[in-house]
Amino acid sequence: MSKVQIINGNETAAMGAKLCRVQVIAAYPITPQSKIPETLVKYVESGELAAEFIRVESEHSALTVCISASTVGARVFTATAANGLAYMHEQLHWAAGARLPIVMALANRGLGAPWTIFNDMQDSISQRDTGWMQVYCRDNQEIMDSIIMAYKICEQLHVPMMVCFDGFVLSHTVMPVEIPDQKQVDAFLPSYVPHLQVDGPEPININPVMLADPRANAQGVSCPSYMGFRMRLQETLESAGDVILNVGREFGEVFGRSYECLLWKYRTEGADTILLTMGSLANEASLAVDALREKGWKAGVVALRVFRPFPAATLRQALSKAKHVVIFDKNISYGNEGATCTETKAALFEGGLRPTITNYIVGLGGKNVAAADLEAATIKSVEQKGQVSTPQWIGVAV
Amino acid sequence: MASKKDQFISACATLAKGEAGNTGEWRAKRPIIDLSKCTPCKKQKDTCYLCWLYCPDGTVKRGIPIEIDLQYCKGCGVCAQVCPTKAIRMEVEEQFVLSECVIQEEVE
Repeated sequence: MSKVQIINGNETAAMGAKLCRVQVIAAYPITPQSKIPETLVKYVESGELAAEFIRVESEHSALTVCISASTVGARVFTATAANGLAYMHEQLHWAAGARLPIVMALANRGLGAPWTIFNDMQDSISQRDTGWMQVYCRDNQEIMDSIIMAYKICEQLHVPMMVCFDGFVLSHTVMPVEIPDQKQVDAFLPSYVPHLQVDGPEPININPVMLADPRANAQGVSCPSYMGFRMRLQETLESAGDVILNVGREFGEVFGRSYECLLWKYRTEGADTILLTMGSLANEASLAVDALREKGWKAGVVALRVFRPFPAATLRQALSKAKHVVIFDKNISYGNEGATCTETKAALFEGGLRPTITNYIVGLGGKNVAAADLEAATIKSVEQKGQVSTPQWIGVAV
Repeated sequence: MASKKDQFISACATLAKGEAGNTGEWRAKRPIIDLSKCTPCKKQKDTCYLCWLYCPDGTVKRGIPIEIDLQYCKGCGVCAQVCPTKAIRMEVEEQFVLSECVIQEEVE
């Protein structure tokens, strides 16, 4: 039987991993994620979870342990944030390139210098090109559900996934979370079968140098070339949207909460003005939309639940009636603009859609974003018909 | 969709000599051994072998005389650096390639 507990985002993530019966955990503590490995260690030490918790000296090593364990067929889990994720960068590419279904909980936090321990999405956005899938959660229930779905999606596609949620805003905020029944999770998740058997009769060398052109190996058998691996990873991510939708629908059938969607939408019926964002900011945007609707505006929210693979076609569909799109980014690609703004523009270009687009950089380093800020920014950009130079910054107190 | 037999998912190689190709092909310098200075040769016993110990590619074969496998020697010159009697010198590869070509032409 499922039951409801009042827990914070970190405890939710740890509990989600436990329900998935992860076998190897390697993580290094970093604010605001530390509670995740701490909670998992308690499960392992008390015998509640039959897993190996491997203590490591760094995030780079944490992911390396996960890569090794996943290669030999263990279901693995890790968690990190900010500079810890940056420190994993090399191994992020390796995990995706080696096609390992590693699931990572990421408590989004800003990057130093100067130091901040507080929330924004600069950490995960900086890793968008590593080949990992990325989903962004709006609340703690989504953290729980996303982790359970992540294993099913990743192990089917042989691609790793980051389950991202706002540091402190969710990681340290308690809210009611329905804890799924263990037996139902067991039935929902098939066991993990690695794509390569490394304990066969013949020893093999994994992920050796792959040359630019196919070549014969020492036994005269033709070996594939490097670019083929890159192309297959891209093809797999291109097809991943359908797998995410299917698993989201199945999840709904079993647990009563469907995730058959790549975007989360709020009051978009008949809306000509769309507030576009990700993660918990979608909740603030909903409040702003309620206020705008009160004033007679036809406004709605579209939040990117899945950021990689980027749901370009679905987003085009969702924005097809929009005259004004106001994009709130908790990240910035320095020298250009917020990442979701760039990607949204690219998605719209293909469909020939030309709404006005205004980009706001908000909430960096934990700066509070109030619904009233989003409302005012929307009114300003629509009144100026998108002629506001972007990106605009909200909340820079001097 | 990922399949377990997909050659573009599971990158692997058999453990075998030459698995990565004849890496000696792109050598710029070739080690030449002066056996009259080489310690095992001079003393006629298994000794020294620092070149064997330090070769990062395992291309030096212990014995009297020592041998270097030029199919896999990349010409890094570590052996020449560590040789205590300076019995190994590194020579520009091009001259050998040219002379080998000449020899081949003559044979043909």
